Amino acid sequence: MNGLGGFLLRRVLGAVVTLFAISVIIYVVFYVTPGNVAQITCGPRCSPAQVQQVAEQLHLSDPLYVRYWHFLQGIVVGQDYSTGTSVQHCSAPCLGLSYQSDQQVTRLILAKLPVSLSLVFGAMVLWLILGVGTGVLSAWRRGRLTERLLTGVTLVGVATPVFVIGLVLMIVVCGELELLPFPQYVALTDDPEQWAWNLLLPWLSLALIEAAAFARLTRASMLETLAEDHIRTFRAYGVGERSIIGRHALRGAFAPVIALNANNFGGAVGGAVLTETLFGLPGIGQEMVHAVNVVDLPVVVGMVLVIGFFVVVANAVADVLYAVADRRVVLT
Amino acid sequence: MSEALVASQAPGTDIVAPGASGARQFWRRLRAQRAALVAAVVVALLVLVALAAPLLTAIEGQDPTTYHPSLVDSARGGVPVGSFGGTGADHWLGIEPQTGRDLFARLVYGARVSLGVALAATLVQVAIGVLVGVAAALGNRWVDQLLSRITDIIVALPLMIMSLALLAIVPSSFPRPVLVALVIGLVAWGNTAKIVRAQTLTLKQLDYVSAARLSGWGTWRIARRELLPGLAAPVITYAALLVPINITVEAALSFLGVGVKPPTPSWGQMLTAADVWYQAAPQYLLLPAGALFVTVLALTVLGDGVRTALDPRAASRLRVGAGRKQEAKADQGGAR
Repeated sequence: MNGLGGFLLRRVLGAVVTLFAISVIIYVVFYVTPGNVAQITCGPRCSPAQVQQVAEQLHLSDPLYVRYWHFLQGIVVGQDYSTGTSVQHCSAPCLGLSYQSDQQVTRLILAKLPVSLSLVFGAMVLWLILGVGTGVLSAWRRGRLTERLLTGVTLVGVATPVFVIGLVLMIVVCGELELLPFPQYVALTDDPEQWAWNLLLPWLSLALIEAAAFARLTRASMLETLAEDHIRTFRAYGVGERSIIGRHALRGAFAPVIALNANNFGGAVGGAVLTETLFGLPGIGQEMVHAVNVVDLPVVVGMVLVIGFFVVVANAVADVLYAVADRRVVLT
Repeated sequence: MSEALVASQAPGTDIVAPGASGARQFWRRLRAQRAALVAAVVVALLVLVALAAPLLTAIEGQDPTTYHPSLVDSARGGVPVGSFGGTGADHWLGIEPQTGRDLFARLVYGARVSLGVALAATLVQVAIGVLVGVAAALGNRWVDQLLSRITDIIVALPLMIMSLALLAIVPSSFPRPVLVALVIGLVAWGNTAKIVRAQTLTLKQLDYVSAARLSGWGTWRIARRELLPGLAAPVITYAALLVPINITVEAALSFLGVGVKPPTPSWGQMLTAADVWYQAAPQYLLLPAGALFVTVLALTVLGDGVRTALDPRAASRLRVGAGRKQEAKADQGGAR
């Protein structure tokens, strides 16, 4: 247990260091651009007075490390911002103020987060079930028509961009067949049934694309396990095919699937941005696209940091699960 | 003298050596996979269409940017006049709703943008990845630590999100397709660097590299003459898988309205407004969607084929040179 505890501690510390490094890189990339930083940060619609105000808020006359220190201070202990007439306190974790709406970025993100989390985690359940299920089925029916069909379908899933699948699904299911209404986000706390019903299509669009990679991986690692000696021994003892596939071969696919889920998480978040924009779901992704289009830099930077946070946490969780799932993994 | 010695000890058995015989072997193994062969033909056709875009549109007598306001019904919100979205002898695939721009011309010029951006982005990714990977593997402990940690962070950053964010801060005067390619390339070189570092560390241990070092070659010369050829196979394999991903990312960014902007045509951008028009002009949705699908599918299958052809273990199952029946069988087992 000591080994696992130490491993957990090292993993958490590693994640914190990575997050810190990400914040440095993102800060440098976005706030050390050539040209008038205040003008770029504020966006093309800012008046000269606003640009001046931004320059003061960013402490542009200070050296870079001091400016980064202010930024970090805001995240850890909060910060006060003067918005012309009044002073607004932005409590930790403070990611700055939006230059378009003067809203605190942290609040903006918190307001949009439930939508994005609903989308990503709902879709994750679906893509794990669909992907692993398809993989098991095609490993089980290997060499038969079912497997070839599934392989074809999987390849189509790998090759189709999420917004194309989503567009087609929306037009066919909502437009032509009228099976579902065009998705409108309803909060889980307001009406769980409507929440699920409205998110069904976005979930499916995101999950179908992601599931393809899981199906390929599950199939490949199951086939690898099936070729191993211990499976032959089970067969020789008369263990049924169903038990071999469902219990022993599937176990071999468990760890790789966890690893892929973590690795793909960042990609899935990118897919969620597209899904939200396509279906008009008011989540982080849609807000970020808007912020990029109006060049609202504090919002963009804040969103990248928050998403980076989730990706790093997902990777850390996967590493821990991986170690727990497969005791052969050497803890370092 | 020393060069001759090194050359005679060169390539290890496990690494596909480049050069004339290696390339020929590669083609033979690629041809043995039916699906990859079909995909290669499709990709070749797409490249041809992209290269010949000005010629094709000249034959049609149209160009991708001219508005044809007389061909859309402004009373009905800009629906194309005529059947099948304005398809006819003048406009082979119909016209775009509202603007009346020629769809065929936008589609073939879109192929230029799509393939060009994806290839350029891949080149940037490979160039940075190889440089960082080789430097990490050959440098001292501190260089390796620093570069490897930076690589880990780059891998952790989500490609779509970072590209999206970076596109916000670059001045719009910059040519957009070049910019999109650069951004994708600068964000997503991490995995290439990891693969190159691991492979270089393996190569470094081989006798012919030790021989080169013992005969007094400098690090740079060893990297260029002895290591880079051995890196070709894994790098080409990974690059082949990167191209379809980059195509999807460009299309996605343009779909979101932050990638390639009008009047430059891009398949992703064409899909932005397509859902509104699917009843009046279905091909406005189906053509770019289909083009994207076929392109990404063909490139993915081709990438799988390249991987099989360059992987000595998988390729041995292809039984190149055997009878057709056996080849087909091997194809089904090895191509996936």
